This record gives sequence, structure tokens and C-alpha cells, in this order.
Amino acid sequence: MSEAGAAVLEVKDLKTVFETGLGAVHAVNSVSFDLMPGELLGVVGESGSGKSVTMMSLIGLLGSTSAIVDGAHVNFDGKDLLKVSEDELRAVRGAGIGFVFQDPMTSLNPVFTVGFQLMEPLRNHMGLSKSAARMRAAELLDLVGIADATRRLSDYPHQFSGGMRQRVMIAMALACDPKVLIADEPTTALDVTIQAQILELMKELRNKIGMAIIWITHDLGVIAGIADRVMVMYGGQIVEQAPVNELFQNPQHPYTRALLKTVPNIRGGRAERLRVIEGQPPIMFSSPRQCTYHTRCTHAFERCLKFDPDRLKIGEGHDVACFWDPVTGEPRDE
Amino acid sequence: MLTYTIRRLLLAIPTLIAISLIIFLLLDLAPSDPTANLPLTIPPDVREKIRQSLGLGDPIYIRYLLWCKQFFVNEPLNMLEQWFGWDIGGDRLRVLSWQTRSPVVDLIVQRMPQTLWVVGMSYVVGVLIALPIGIISAYRQYSWFDQVGTFVSMVGFSVPTFFTGVLVIVIFSVWLGWFPSIYDTTHQVTDWQSFLFQIKQMIMPVAVLALFNAAQISRFMRASMLDNLNQDYVRTARAKGMRERTVVLVHVLRNSLIPVVTVIALGVPQIFGGAIITEQVFKVNGLGQLLIISIQGGDLPTVQTLTFIFAVLIILFNLVADVLYGVLDPRIRYD
Ligand SMILES: Nc1ncnc2c1ncn2[C@@H]1O[C@H](COP(=O)(O)OP(=O)(O)OP(=O)(O)O)[C@@H](O)[C@H]1O
Ligand SMILES: [Mg+2]
Repeated sequence: MSEAGAAVLEVKDLKTVFETGLGAVHAVNSVSFDLMPGELLGVVGESGSGKSVTMMSLIGLLGSTSAIVDGAHVNFDGKDLLKVSEDELRAVRGAGIGFVFQDPMTSLNPVFTVGFQLMEPLRNHMGLSKSAARMRAAELLDLVGIADATRRLSDYPHQFSGGMRQRVMIAMALACDPKVLIADEPTTALDVTIQAQILELMKELRNKIGMAIIWITHDLGVIAGIADRVMVMYGGQIVEQAPVNELFQNPQHPYTRALLKTVPNIRGGRAERLRVIEGQPPIMFSSPRQCTYHTRCTHAFERCLKFDPDRLKIGEGHDVACFWDPVTGEPRDE
Repeated sequence: MLTYTIRRLLLAIPTLIAISLIIFLLLDLAPSDPTANLPLTIPPDVREKIRQSLGLGDPIYIRYLLWCKQFFVNEPLNMLEQWFGWDIGGDRLRVLSWQTRSPVVDLIVQRMPQTLWVVGMSYVVGVLIALPIGIISAYRQYSWFDQVGTFVSMVGFSVPTFFTGVLVIVIFSVWLGWFPSIYDTTHQVTDWQSFLFQIKQMIMPVAVLALFNAAQISRFMRASMLDNLNQDYVRTARAKGMRERTVVLVHVLRNSLIPVVTVIALGVPQIFGGAIITEQVFKVNGLGQLLIISIQGGDLPTVQTLTFIFAVLIILFNLVADVLYGVLDPRIRYD
């Protein structure tokens, strides 16, 4: 963890365990990462790799479930979010850290007007009066590109299309000028043209407002287009992290390499046959004692079954949790 | 919404006419005899004369039309006269009870207050305790509160009121002597003392019925809350940093109330129907008891009129429920 001093968000050794009927599920296993101001950090990984749970754990959004969140620290704004009271955490949610969820169709409350829902965080966190909140809400709708914003405040969510609802969600997350915006697959439920619009919007907003964004997605194509840095998650761990170009040009982890083969070639090169990664991501009934990927890895050898690899720094801002060296095609030195 | 309501009201007219006819035909089929309760010494030919004088000799359609005229024309005119002191004049025959020879509508008006006090109050009390119980049970699902709530509603729902009614009479009237076992209908509330007595005599019937109502409604409330607590918008509200109380009592509750309010509205006609059994157990002479007595006495005009009024109320509150649904849920548009 280099330039740690400047990070807006510093996550160290985050662990989340769910108590389920089948036993404990270790959904997040010692995740550590830093987020720099103004940075757009992409998080990729298959379904079930723990992306959402990691982000929800950060700000106590798993509260009412059977989740146990633990870790060294989650530093944000001079506070350790793992240690603060529920009230302090609530003050961070929506104000310091905004959240946009995957499904815009169900993420808005159907029986309240969009204006009411937008004004809630404004009045709650910024203590605005009703009329001031209303004006700011209209500004926000305008900012995310909804025409006729003032009038639309009194409309209900069902009167908006999917793409517009996602814009409303983004406006809501931006309401209190957060330092960090966490977008959990914000475009997955939308069709391609709307996806592109939302992506453009986010890029634009980021330049305008200058907040740091964590963008969770399945789609490496999206990541290539907007991220500064990428984290690859597998089995509730970060298996590789690198600046975006570095990751695409010099992927180290066999999982990252396999993921890249599942995307159509974005650089317009010769069309290769798309691959699928054989097998399923694991459901972790214990904390990892061996490499979580070894069952699907084509390079696995005996060390992978005995130890869980630590993250090894191999370049500027590039680290990987793997015992195998793709350059030599040999195991790394111990 | 207004045009919708008017359309529904207009549509209700043919429905109600059909219902009144069906009730009439069904009652006619029933093997009841208005003279059956008269002393056995009355000879058969006199009985026959009594039947003739009640109009039972006329063909069925004449009797039906007569009832229609009395109920739909004469009674409303009479009501107008009474309310506004008009004198419309004319010789109008009202719907008369065969048993008491007094107008059925007057009987109903007499008995309405008892029913509203006891049964209506129990509905209000039932709803008022059911809602918080449902909300807390859902929010703390599987907690001891929820478990106790589930058990009590199972009991309240499955044990019939004639059992709980007799049980509380035995315990609180016979053993402890706290409350009177018989509801005194003639009791007038004039001062504090008599008001306290009224409360005292209401407690048991209201409690028994309220338990029954609350059992049902709290289950609805709980299920509806549980449905909504897992919705995505709840997570959104939390992610916005809303207080847990706001999340549950504003976001979740507002959505959960929609189906519950309609269930509550649909249950209102039952109040007027009187809780027949509870009224019997506690000797409350309300509408439910009137219905039972009339059925037993073969008093067809009373049964017909009461049943028809229930039908009107049921249709009316169905409409109320639908309109409320439209008011509460912005996604519903009727026009
Ligand atoms: N409430 C819960 N109870 C038990 N296990 C859970 C719960 N929520 C998530 N998990 C488990 O945690 C793991 C990670 O889930 P998570 O939702 O973070 O995946 P994800 O990477 O966001 O996937 P997706 O791309 O499908 O959103 C999964 O194995 C999942 O089964
Ligand atoms: Mg997810």
C-alpha cells in the first residue's frame, strides 16, 4: 500500500462472514485496498466473487442480515468506519459515500415522488429547508440530464424509464457531494445505448465534481473505457490489482488472463474465439487456506494447494496473488 | 378517480337488484313458517288466515315487487320526511317485521348503537393493536416478540369466540366478579359513573372480538411488512443514511399499508353484520342478534331487509377498498 496518506478510503483486512443455515459463508476474505481522490477504480470478478458484499460491508449496509464484518480498519474522512457508532456511520452513508445500485427498476420507493426521495438525504445530512432542498433536487436532476427537472420532481418512479431511474439514483447518490461514489453494476440492467449514456454521464460528472468512484462490473469492456485502476476479485479476495492499461497489457493472474479471454477484443484486433472459464466460483465455507482458484487453474501446482498466496508487488501499482509467473511460465521463487 | 367511482356506483345498482332478488328467492325456498312459533293451541285454519294476512298467499313476484316498493321507495321517502320535517303525504306502507309488526328500519336504527359500540369498538381496538404488533413482529422476525405474537394470533384466530367469550365470562364475571356477564342495553350514559359502567360492560365483549380481529390483521400486517423489508428500495433508503426508524416507519410501512388498508376496509361490513355469536354470548341485542331472532321466527321481511343492507355495505366497502388502493398506490390509475 503505497501513497496511503493521500487516500480518501483505506481498507485494510476487511472480512465478512455470513451465518447461514448451511454454515458460515466467508464472503470477503482479507480485502485491502486504497482509493485515491478523484480516482476511478474498477472492480471486476464473476458473480459471487464478493464485490457487492465488500462494498456494502464498508458502510454497514449489511446491518440487518446475519453478516459479521471484521477487519483492521476502514479509514474514511479521519474515521475508522469499522469502529464508529451506528449514528456516525449513518452520517457517512449518503453524505460522504454515495451508493448506486444495480437495479434501477426496484431501487426507488414506488409510493414516494422522486422529489421526496431526492430531498430526503439533502434535508437529513445537509439540514436544508424544504424549499432549498427542492431547488437543489431540481439542480441534481438537471445535472444528470433529466429534462424539465422542476416539474418532474413531483412524478413517481413508475413515470420514469429505466435509464432515467438510474439517473435519478445517481442524482440521489450525488446529492450531498460525496467524496466517494460506489456504483454497484449501475448499468447491468440497462440496454446498451442507455448504458453508454450512463457511462458518459459518470465520466462527465467525475470531471465536473472530482469525486472518487468505485465501479463494480462484470464487463471488462466498460472498465477498459473508464477506469484508472482495476481490482480483480475472486473468492472474496483481491487476486490482482493494476492500472488499467497495465492490466490489459500485462495480466499476471491466471484468473485475470482467463477473464480477458472472455471479452471480445476491444482493440479491434484479430477476432479470437471467446473462451469461458470452466467451473464455478467457490462458496467459501471456511477462510482460505489454499489458493481459492486452484480448482479451475490450469497452472496449479502443489504449493497452490498448501498455501494461500499473498499479494506480491510486481510493478508500479501492480500486485498479484499468485505463485505462478506467466513470464517464465514457472513457479515464482519462494 | 371520480368517474371511476361513479361508474362503479352505477354498476352496483343492477348488481344489488340481482342480489335482492336472489336473497328473496332463497328465503322463499327456506322451509320456514312465521306461525311456527305461535302457541300450539291455535288451530290450523287460523294459522292459514294469519299467513294470508301476511301476504304469503300472493304469487312470489307480487311479494318481491311489494318489498321492492316498500324498501326502495317508501322507506327513503319516510326518511326524508323525518329528517327534513317535510310532509310528502300519501299512504305508504313500510317494511314491517312479522314478529313485532313494527317497521324493520326502526328496529335496525334501535339496535345499531349497541352493535357499533361493541363490535365497532372491537374492530377499532383490534386494528390499533394489530398494526404495531404486525410491524414489530416483521421487523424482529423470529424474535421472542414475534414468536409470542404468532402464538397469540394463532390462538385468537383458531379458537372460536363462543369459547373465548364463555371463558372470559367464567373467569372475570363468575370467579373474579369484575365485569357484568350480561350487557345491559338499556343503560344510559349520563355521567362519569354511568360512563365507567358502560366501559366495564363493554370490556369483555370488545376484548374477545378485538383479539379475533387483531389476530387476523396483525398477520396481514406482518406478512406485508416482511414482503417489503427485503425490497431494494429499503437498501437504497439505508444507503442514503436515513434513520432506521424512517426506513421502517416511512418507507416500508407506507408500502406495506396498501394491502392492509384494503383488508381493513373490506372487513368493515362485518361490523354492521354484528358479530352474531359474540352478541349472543354476551346478550348484546345488536344487529347480529336481531338477525338470529328473525331467522328463528321465520320473520322474512326482517331477514330480507337486513341481509340486503349487508349486501349493500359489502359492495360499498369493496368500492371504498378499491378507491383507497388507488389513493395509496400511485401506480394504480383507474381512469
Ligand atoms: N445475505 C447473504 N447471506 C449469505 N451469503 C451471502 C449473502 N449475501 C451474499 N452472500 C454470499 O457472498 C458471496 C459474494 O456475494 P456478492 O453479492 O458480493 O457477489 P458479487 O461479486 O457482487 O456478485 P454479482 O456480480 O452477482 O453481484 C456469494 O457467495 C454469496 O452467496
Ligand atoms: Mg453484486
